[in-house]
Amino acid sequence: MKSNRILATSLLAPALLLFPGLALGQDGLNGANTSWILTSTALVLFMTLPGLSLFYAGLVRTKNVLSVLMQCFSIAVVISIVWLLVGYSIAFGPSESAWWGGLGKAFFSGVDAGAMSGDIPETVFAAFQMTFAIITPALIVGAFVERIKFSSMLAFTVLWALLVYFPVANWVWGGGWLGQMGLIDFAGGTVVHLTAGVAALVLALELGRRDGFLTSSVVPHNLTMSFTGAAMLWVGWFGFNAGSALAADNAAGMALYVTHTSAAAGALTWMVLDWFKFGKASGLGAITGMVAGLATITPAAGSVGPMGGLLLGLIGGVICYFVTIYMKQRLKIDDSLDVFPVHGIGGLTGTLLAAVLVSGGLGVFSGTGMPDGMTVGSQFMVQLIGVVAIGFYTGVLTWVIVKIVSMVMGLRVSAEEEQIGLDITEHDEKGYSM
Amino acid sequence: MKLIVAIIKPYKSDDVREAVSELGVSGMTLTEVKGFGRQKGHTELYRGAEYVIDFLPKVKLEIAVEDGLADQVVEAICKAAATGKIGDGKIFVSDLEQTIRIRTGETGNEAL
Repeated sequence: MKSNRILATSLLAPALLLFPGLALGQDGLNGANTSWILTSTALVLFMTLPGLSLFYAGLVRTKNVLSVLMQCFSIAVVISIVWLLVGYSIAFGPSESAWWGGLGKAFFSGVDAGAMSGDIPETVFAAFQMTFAIITPALIVGAFVERIKFSSMLAFTVLWALLVYFPVANWVWGGGWLGQMGLIDFAGGTVVHLTAGVAALVLALELGRRDGFLTSSVVPHNLTMSFTGAAMLWVGWFGFNAGSALAADNAAGMALYVTHTSAAAGALTWMVLDWFKFGKASGLGAITGMVAGLATITPAAGSVGPMGGLLLGLIGGVICYFVTIYMKQRLKIDDSLDVFPVHGIGGLTGTLLAAVLVSGGLGVFSGTGMPDGMTVGSQFMVQLIGVVAIGFYTGVLTWVIVKIVSMVMGLRVSAEEEQIGLDITEHDEKGYSM
Repeated sequence: MKLIVAIIKPYKSDDVREAVSELGVSGMTLTEVKGFGRQKGHTELYRGAEYVIDFLPKVKLEIAVEDGLADQVVEAICKAAATGKIGDGKIFVSDLEQTIRIRTGETGNEAL
């Protein structure tokens, strides 16, 4: 990486002589890294708007399509504001505490045009991280579609970001206690997918099932829309994972490659399993398997090699598949769009397996090598502590937030409103007027 | 006059239209409908959630004809819409009291 940088600097030197303004005030700024993280920021925002929004909107019934688009969109809106006010500071502020970043950077205090984060502008780093803070609560939408009150959804989202996402991001990425322990979570297996998955499970249990779940025809209204959104998620995930290298370097290249491989392996796994179990390769199954593969590789994208990525996609795909079916057919929990079994279980699986596949001694399945002073066993313990601590904390806090919101403003629309559909009852509009 | 209502498989609608046109039928109304009879529904599977879809898509044709033509039209529909498999549909025939062409005010067979 260093030699690249020297090469880049020497190539840039003549250009800087001609355009001295280029170098102004940005001591130590790396242009290549900066432009890649700018690009990644766009890619990750694109995952939510419109990727995840379309993916989810296609999976509900026509009477709720607009409400889902609006849930995802408004989450992006409010989290962007909260991020500027306090979110960035809580997650990445300068506090010495191992539990949160403090309020030293509230209102982006001190984050001016010249501020740097490593060798990229701090504004770029903060914007990149903001897109993660947006997509995480947006993932939870899958648990409560077709029956939550819009106002309660907004209140829940803000409280959840403040009390769960921002602190957990600090623990793992902002210099907090799990990062200090050496938890491997490259791009958010715990911070994003485990927290979203566990929160989704709690919400699904607290809200109860949709009317007609498993009894009448509560089925996706437009899988074309879902395929479109899923394809955007796949592409956007390059920014999510390879951007998490925070540099345009070898780690980013490998992260992109293993991410892509795991997505394909996850999709293939679901196609084959559906084929064997139910006789047909399901389209919805294929794109769900893709998401499972992507969620599984996310924490490990900076640690594993290509064959490790393949393995993660296959293993994550199989585990997520059977948990999804078990939750529906046996437990009959209406985590409507399967956030917990796909994201929660995928993120958890990848986080734990990262401890093994990071090892440099696995032949063709070798990763980048164990971190200094770690063995597979000790690393696994750290991963386990991370998963349990974050899972437990998220579960408890989510439950408390749901109870508070439920008491103050109610959580679920009335049975009649649910029957009419949230497009009309929550927004006085229809997604489709045909 | 008779009103012939035929519920048929959607992909058979063109065949039926051609068959009855040959008999001199000059108009019909087509509606996309859902329903079930002996065929029952089918199952759809979404990530392990199995749903029995009771109402299957069909096409409903409404054809008004003069009395003398009714039997031939029914026969033609039967022939064109048949696949021999369950779910081919049904035909209902009823007496039709009056027909009026709105543009000209013609009535009865003239208006067909």
